[in-house]
Amino acid sequence: MHQLADVLFQRGSQLAADFDLTRKLADVLSPLGLSSHRATQLAAALIAFLAVNILVGFVAASAVFFIWVERKVAGRIQDRLGPTRVGGKFGWLQTIADGVKLLVKEDIIPASADHVLFRLGPYIAFCGAFAAFLALPFGDGVVAFQMNIAVFYMLAVMSTEVFGIILAGYGSGSKWSLFGGMREAAQMVSYEVPMAICVLVPVIVAGSMDLTAIANRQAGGFWNWMIFNDPFTFCAFWTYFTCGTASCKRAPFDLAEAESELVAGFHTEYSGLRWSFFFMAEYGAMFAVSGIAVLLFLGGWNAGVFPGRTIALLGPILGNVVNVVVFVLKGWVLVFVMMWVRWTLPRLRIDQVMMTCLKYLLPISCALLLGVSMWQLMVHPQVRQVFKYLAAGGSVLATLLFTWRSAVSNQEPMGVVSDLWRHEGETSPRPTTGATN
Amino acid sequence: MHALLFWVLAVIVGVCAIGVVVTQNIVRSATWLLFTLAGTAGLFFLLGADFVGATQLLVYVGGTLVLVVFGVMLTAQGPFINLKTSAVEWAVTTVVGFLLFGVLAVTLWSWHPEEQRRRQAMDRALVELSADPANPPATADIQKFIADHYGITIDKDQVELYRSVLAANANPLQTMNSAVLGESMLGLKQATPVSTLSGVNARNVPKRTQMAYLLPFEIVSVHLLVVLIGAAYLARAKRRRGAVVP
Repeated sequence: MHQLADVLFQRGSQLAADFDLTRKLADVLSPLGLSSHRATQLAAALIAFLAVNILVGFVAASAVFFIWVERKVAGRIQDRLGPTRVGGKFGWLQTIADGVKLLVKEDIIPASADHVLFRLGPYIAFCGAFAAFLALPFGDGVVAFQMNIAVFYMLAVMSTEVFGIILAGYGSGSKWSLFGGMREAAQMVSYEVPMAICVLVPVIVAGSMDLTAIANRQAGGFWNWMIFNDPFTFCAFWTYFTCGTASCKRAPFDLAEAESELVAGFHTEYSGLRWSFFFMAEYGAMFAVSGIAVLLFLGGWNAGVFPGRTIALLGPILGNVVNVVVFVLKGWVLVFVMMWVRWTLPRLRIDQVMMTCLKYLLPISCALLLGVSMWQLMVHPQVRQVFKYLAAGGSVLATLLFTWRSAVSNQEPMGVVSDLWRHEGETSPRPTTGATN
Repeated sequence: MHALLFWVLAVIVGVCAIGVVVTQNIVRSATWLLFTLAGTAGLFFLLGADFVGATQLLVYVGGTLVLVVFGVMLTAQGPFINLKTSAVEWAVTTVVGFLLFGVLAVTLWSWHPEEQRRRQAMDRALVELSADPANPPATADIQKFIADHYGITIDKDQVELYRSVLAANANPLQTMNSAVLGESMLGLKQATPVSTLSGVNARNVPKRTQMAYLLPFEIVSVHLLVVLIGAAYLARAKRRRGAVVP
């Protein structure tokens, strides 16, 4: 068995040696006097180390950026400016200042806390959120480890984050933390089920769990995107996004972190750098969930305006750069939508959170799964072909209509849908500020 | 490299498994179990069984362990928070543990000893003779190598069969994937190529390679669901008889 595995690994590293990078690195290392076998292994290990470091850097830099964006978005939605002092007019360095403050804060551990578990919680949460990035492709072939069960692996690894929350809640030795941790864990675990079922919907259409293959299938114009493929994947996107928001513990599902309810939930007793680990985990998970949504539904790294695959059109270097930039921007847009929703909608109670999952989202996702299977099997292929153009065109028209109506009218908004049918001179029934009616 | 990773993971799994048993705090015991299960998932990934590794993480860590910790944390009272094992219990459990280990080891290493030795010989021959990937060693060379080093004579078609099996599994990244699992569940493809565990030589297996696992899998899943619902029903909070309704 041992020798067989050795043979398999040899063949595997021979395959890796076919890729130029490993072989070039092995050639560079060969003056060290290693055999070619060992040099290839060392090269593979170094490349793995490099890939992991790039991913850690990306996650950390994203977290820094997202915290700034969150504060600015929160400010603007609440009709104020957000940070404007640190680092220039827009407060660019606010997050760095926050980070420095967290680093120099006193590391307080409550006396009744379980010391080992209290310390362990943030790291497990962060590892669960980060390990998912190993299988997330940023571009065509730009992936740390290409798996053909990529999306399944990502969902599985993100489910280990729950344990970090539980340990944090229990290990803090405080009843607020325990309640928050339990509620949080129940919420995250419950929302994994409709999330996984919604992920299955585009996987059924694409026939593969490999995120690279699913995204490559959406090359070309934006009508190829999976979200326009059939009505069931369209609904699956919104359902998946809701479940993903809930599993990231973001509002409106953030009861466990709410100040008015549970002080701060499972991270009440955490201060300083340990607290920031939880938030890196949260922003990392947000980007991972958004990344999966982008790859499965929104065309991945395809910009939707090129007539084919970007690498084929623009060459390997420029094509890869464009792919990565497009993917990261799309991911950031979805994270921005999560933040937008957080600061707009009121919070749900914990029983409402669980009811939404079990009574609404779960049956909806099961119905979508059934629907997409029926669509693939029983609907005429011509209808399936035509539907995506209709859906894409319809979505573009609807977006233009909303934008035009809200841009053209300078009256006070009544509500998105009612605005479309507003007559001349009709005002909202709410009293306007400062006006006496 | 492969050996190093294996030993690191094996040590992690072993030490954490011992930790599960040794600690006195029950929640810490569950945490040790987390690392044991995660280490086992790592071993699956090392073997190239990505699907099984991910399933291990999803089901065991994300599901079973969370459930265990919920149950333990919310119901641990009195004697269960601080577990102290007496010396007698230590003695008995150590003996039973070693006995179980012995049974497993003997079963694994003595099943079809000839077949094991033949496979070992062929693996060794392939490792030693495959210096040049573009030039695979000839069957006659392999037979000679095995005869020289192990004293076993293997006939030509057995070597051919084994090599075709290896060639099919040459790149675990491409062949050990979920499509193979799905096809073997439906009975279309054989997932374990040289299966002699049941005593049937792979060459003598009829066309429809092995039973389709899908139906038994579904039956077991429904069975589990029934068990879960039954357990939830049994553990429900019972209304007291004659309770005052406001």
